[in-house]
Amino acid sequence: MKILVCVKRVPATGGRIALTADSLDIDARYLGFTISPHEECAVEEAVRIVEAQGGSSTVLTLGPDAAADQLRDAMAIGIERAVLLETDGSDWDPMATAGAIVDAIRALEAEDGPFDLLLFGNEAADTGDFQVGIRVATALGRPAVSGIKAIEAADGRVVARREASGGGWEVFELPLPVVLGVKEGLNLPRYPSVPGRLRAKKKEIVRMTPAARRGGPIKERLRLPVGTESTVEVIGTGPEAAPAVVELLTRIGVVSR
Amino acid sequence: MILTLIEHVDDRPERLSLEALSLAGKLAAATGEPLHTVSFGSGAREAAKQLNGRGVDAAHVVEDDRLSAFAPVAWAATVSQLIAGLGPSIVLAAGSDRGNEVMAHVGARTDLPLAANCTEVVPGEPFRLTRQRWAGSLLEDATLDSPTKLLTIAPHAVAVEDAVEGDAQPAIEPFSPTLTDEDLLVAVVRRLAPDKSGISLTDARVVVGGGRGVGSADAFSELEELAAVLGAAVGVSRVVTSAGWRPHSQQIGQTGLRIAPDLYIACGISGAIQHIVGAKAAKRILAINTDRDAPIMSVADYAVIGDLHQVVPAITAEIRRVTGR
Repeated sequence: MKILVCVKRVPATGGRIALTADSLDIDARYLGFTISPHEECAVEEAVRIVEAQGGSSTVLTLGPDAAADQLRDAMAIGIERAVLLETDGSDWDPMATAGAIVDAIRALEAEDGPFDLLLFGNEAADTGDFQVGIRVATALGRPAVSGIKAIEAADGRVVARREASGGGWEVFELPLPVVLGVKEGLNLPRYPSVPGRLRAKKKEIVRMTPAARRGGPIKERLRLPVGTESTVEVIGTGPEAAPAVVELLTRIGVVSR
Repeated sequence: MILTLIEHVDDRPERLSLEALSLAGKLAAATGEPLHTVSFGSGAREAAKQLNGRGVDAAHVVEDDRLSAFAPVAWAATVSQLIAGLGPSIVLAAGSDRGNEVMAHVGARTDLPLAANCTEVVPGEPFRLTRQRWAGSLLEDATLDSPTKLLTIAPHAVAVEDAVEGDAQPAIEPFSPTLTDEDLLVAVVRRLAPDKSGISLTDARVVVGGGRGVGSADAFSELEELAAVLGAAVGVSRVVTSAGWRPHSQQIGQTGLRIAPDLYIACGISGAIQHIVGAKAAKRILAINTDRDAPIMSVADYAVIGDLHQVVPAITAEIRRVTGR
């Protein structure tokens, strides 16, 4: 099985988001960066499938030079090859992102043959556009399904499951090649080992310069939602607070005496 | 014309679709354009009849059995054919899993931009909207420049308008799309029953949540005991599932579940924005944390400052004492 995983570098925001002075971006000066959560599971799944069935795995991202860190994180847990579509770090809209990824996939496949499986996160943690994988699949003429939380791939087919809105699972069966948008919970990603990190550090990253296109939506500015903060009432300290807590729980009808 | 995709279970329109339809109704009133809907599969006609009094002029019903089970590409092919035939100025769907997936396919097939999870829309030139980033922890003001505007509406961003009694019924208009084998390839082939029972996190009146501060998989027994005396469900933050202490099915937050209990007891949870978006619909939040300045305190209503390993068992014991159980 030949697998390509597309990931996005996103800031690890923690407890509060601060914006840059021009309100066009998150102020990430004091933040770390990570692979967007759904895509961490996509990376892990690719490694597991290749471990179990053989084949090859490639990770691809569109982002700034520093996004090489996230590609190395993916290689540290077992992805073999990495491709960076290098930008100046500004937001690319989902149509532009998908177009650049399609160009790259065509170039990679012209050299090494087609991928059987393209994995995307269901949506990026930051921009939440819910569409890049589907746009790539459509441009390449391959079937796509989103929201996937379980994958079995064998004999040229995949059986993929997603959670149904009313509980339970919806099952899809599709021939390869296929494009899947996956969600966290698909698996539990492993932590990279020290030797894995060292190996990843020495690996080469293929760099390409993507061609920009303009699609939309067109970002004007970012802002924080208002009115989400509340005033907290401290009802006690330590275990001695228990009677006051139970009094509160009784008052609001959670405990009945 | 403004077209809204209506998802339905049996013959009942989904709440999130009615939210999108309420926004569509406002846009129709503002622009003077007619309001149309489209719904799929068996029950599509009955679901469309439930839209009485919601200002819908015409309801396109696609009564094709092949589209009864979710088939995102075929649904999108149908919507794309309605766009080609009717030339709507705006097409909306709920920002549900299905709504976002179908509209992404519509955007891909028509090569039009899609703005996902909008909270506000102001038609005009330019066409302005506000949409959610970070699952609503951050908002983006944006414009769309395209002949047909494709939008999904963020869940619970818009109130459902009451239907107007005695208002005209939508004209039911059957529509038969032309579908290829490729369009029909991606479809639900079977359904599996839920794999667990017990108190569901999304339905629970009280949720006891545990974060990094719980410290280990074993220490969750303290939270389980509190949950048992309260008839509550146990939920966790992402740190806990990443560490393998609890299954992902219990995760509350951006990449997990959204809960809306009467009370959320957040134990040893610092309050990363990704967790808060999953818990902020709780009527009340009680935080138990050693750090008076943790971000959770800015959204909590009540707090106990202290070590959860001491505080939680003390609360459990006190509840047992006063209830005699």
